[in-house]
Amino acid sequence: MNARPYSAFFQTVPALVALTILFVVAARPAGQNAAQSLTVLSRDGRRAIPLTTSGNQEMAPLDELAAVFQLAVREEAGALTVSYRGRTIVLTPNQPLASVSGRLISLSAAPSRTANRWSVPLDFISRALALIYDSRLDLRRPSHLLIVGDLRVPRVTVRHEALGSAARLTIDTTPRAVSTVVQEGPQRITVRFDADAIDLTVPPIQPQGLVQAISVIDPVTLGVDLGPRFGTFRSSAVPLENAARLVIDLVPPADATPAPTVAPPESPARELPVLTQAPPAIRTLTIDPGHGGDDLGVRGAAGIVEKNVTLAVAHRLKAAVEARLGIRVVLTRDDDRAVSVNERTALANNNKADLFISLHANASFRPDVAGATIYLASFDESMAAREGLASERLPALGGGFRDIELVPWNLAQIRHTARSTEMANLLAAEFRDRVPLASNAVDHAPLRVLESANMPAVLIEMGYLSHSGQEKQLAGAAQQTEIAQSILEAIVKFRDAVADEGASR
Amino acid sequence: MTMRHLLMAAGVTTVAIALAWLMFVGLPNWYLRPAATTASAPAPAPSEPGRKIKARLFYVAEDGTRLTAVEREVPYAEPTVNQAREIITAQIAPVAEPLVSAIPPATGLRALYLTEQGEAFVDLSGDVASAHPGGSVNELLTIYTIVHALVINLPAVTAVQLLVDGKEVDTLAGHVDLRRPLPGNAAWLDEPAVAAVEPALHEAATLNQQRGPSDAIR
Repeated sequence: MNARPYSAFFQTVPALVALTILFVVAARPAGQNAAQSLTVLSRDGRRAIPLTTSGNQEMAPLDELAAVFQLAVREEAGALTVSYRGRTIVLTPNQPLASVSGRLISLSAAPSRTANRWSVPLDFISRALALIYDSRLDLRRPSHLLIVGDLRVPRVTVRHEALGSAARLTIDTTPRAVSTVVQEGPQRITVRFDADAIDLTVPPIQPQGLVQAISVIDPVTLGVDLGPRFGTFRSSAVPLENAARLVIDLVPPADATPAPTVAPPESPARELPVLTQAPPAIRTLTIDPGHGGDDLGVRGAAGIVEKNVTLAVAHRLKAAVEARLGIRVVLTRDDDRAVSVNERTALANNNKADLFISLHANASFRPDVAGATIYLASFDESMAAREGLASERLPALGGGFRDIELVPWNLAQIRHTARSTEMANLLAAEFRDRVPLASNAVDHAPLRVLESANMPAVLIEMGYLSHSGQEKQLAGAAQQTEIAQSILEAIVKFRDAVADEGASR
Repeated sequence: MTMRHLLMAAGVTTVAIALAWLMFVGLPNWYLRPAATTASAPAPAPSEPGRKIKARLFYVAEDGTRLTAVEREVPYAEPTVNQAREIITAQIAPVAEPLVSAIPPATGLRALYLTEQGEAFVDLSGDVASAHPGGSVNELLTIYTIVHALVINLPAVTAVQLLVDGKEVDTLAGHVDLRRPLPGNAAWLDEPAVAAVEPALHEAATLNQQRGPSDAIR
């Protein structure tokens, strides 16, 4: 018997290793993956295991793995037996195979021996060790990270764009993690992530621009070193499908150079500091495709039916909004079904939508009428007067009284009149170049679906199905895309306007 | 002599009778006849068959998005609620080109009521909804045709609510809120119509305000 308890031998090593590499994050420049060590992240801290290369394979020394994971390794009868709490892996030298608790697993390479030390390929960890180990093992080969247990280690990708004298950093975090941007001194900002560690990818930076370097300050904090030409920054958070996107716009001092001409969509102008994950102005959008089911809406002379046009545009708009803005979109109907007017508004209210857009197609008894109109709710004076009286003193839970603002359900829209009007005007402006507009581009009408909406709300009549030319256009993909794009642009501008107002408040 | 006296007395009497007829019967008739014809509408005369009033009815304007006013003769009726029925009956009747009606052709008037607050409830047959071509503009034109036909022609009516087949409805074709009586709205009339009906609209609006919000919303 020639048993050698590696674990005992390396008992003193972990403390040393931990001390020396505790603050080394697995930061790596994009496109360069020749990292020489594997970083192991666990609740106990951070350790590095030096890797060797054999052929094309990255190999990890078995004794180091044994130290980190408390494995017992025995070499006997030409085989290596790795034990962990009564479970075993048997490796055969020169064979890319492992027997894990009696099950045969193939490996990318055979164990190799150099100067009396055994090394195993990296997939030994994910394919063999993970099967017998108590905690979850998450091997991220591109970043040479091994995460032990349920640590939150989001992947963080940084992209850098130089925009004239300004610059933009786009930081995507997958899965989502909250981040905080702070300016530390005149030439440095830091981004701190609410996570156990980050798995960071940084692009190569040419230090002559506004951004001099991106470095890792501690396991969850990223430092951006900025040159002397840095003036100020604006940051905004954009939730994507599975990721959080943080956009940091870096600009030179106002008097140095003209302001950057680029004002791309992902940068709602939130003024300076500090918390960036503050919710964007619009988090949820409700799109209401008019009619549906037995309610066809307008039927054009060529047989085009309003309910289908509204649904098609709603789907296009939803896809465009989600792709570009990453905000939540709720449809009042996703297929051909009847939905009552009350249900439509209730769905928007219950989902706390920040904007409500109802899509319709118009008709006139005179067939030559054409063009889109954006409608706002209208209330006659007596109703508006009633809204002014809508605060009552009611008994509160636990005694006493509270002033409760009571707004009748059918008047909820009154308080959003200004914002709705703003949205309608933005829509009309976006439509003007792309979609035929009626002479009354923005109009008011006592429209039921808008009156109870407790958020800015508009109803878009996209064109007249009673007009033969427009009927064909509205049924076509080109016009539907134009409409969806125009609405998307208006939403972006509306969001920025709301954010501006919020920031200056 | 006696014969001469008798003849003279008879002549004087004849002249006196002729003068008296002229003063008390002939002249009044002469002067009053034309006056009576011009003031036909408000005259409290009993309803006679064939008697008409002039009313403004509403049809789709040339631009297709508003209503225009057309003066039409409508049978005279009493009291106001009956006059309202006559006006609506005339309004929903099919018309010939070049006029275009915003009321679906098969629509009939089932009933009409007035409240003391000046609200009219116009109960139309289901065709007004089932035969409606849809679209916000068309729906608005249909509704405001009925609203204006009453608000403009009958000062006592300040707002109108449409019922369909005897029931209150949410909307006619999915857009316009019909849960409350709607006052007249000049936004849905073309310019000549606005010029013609503005005083009536203004009067109705003033009445609405005097009656207060609680009357307007129910």
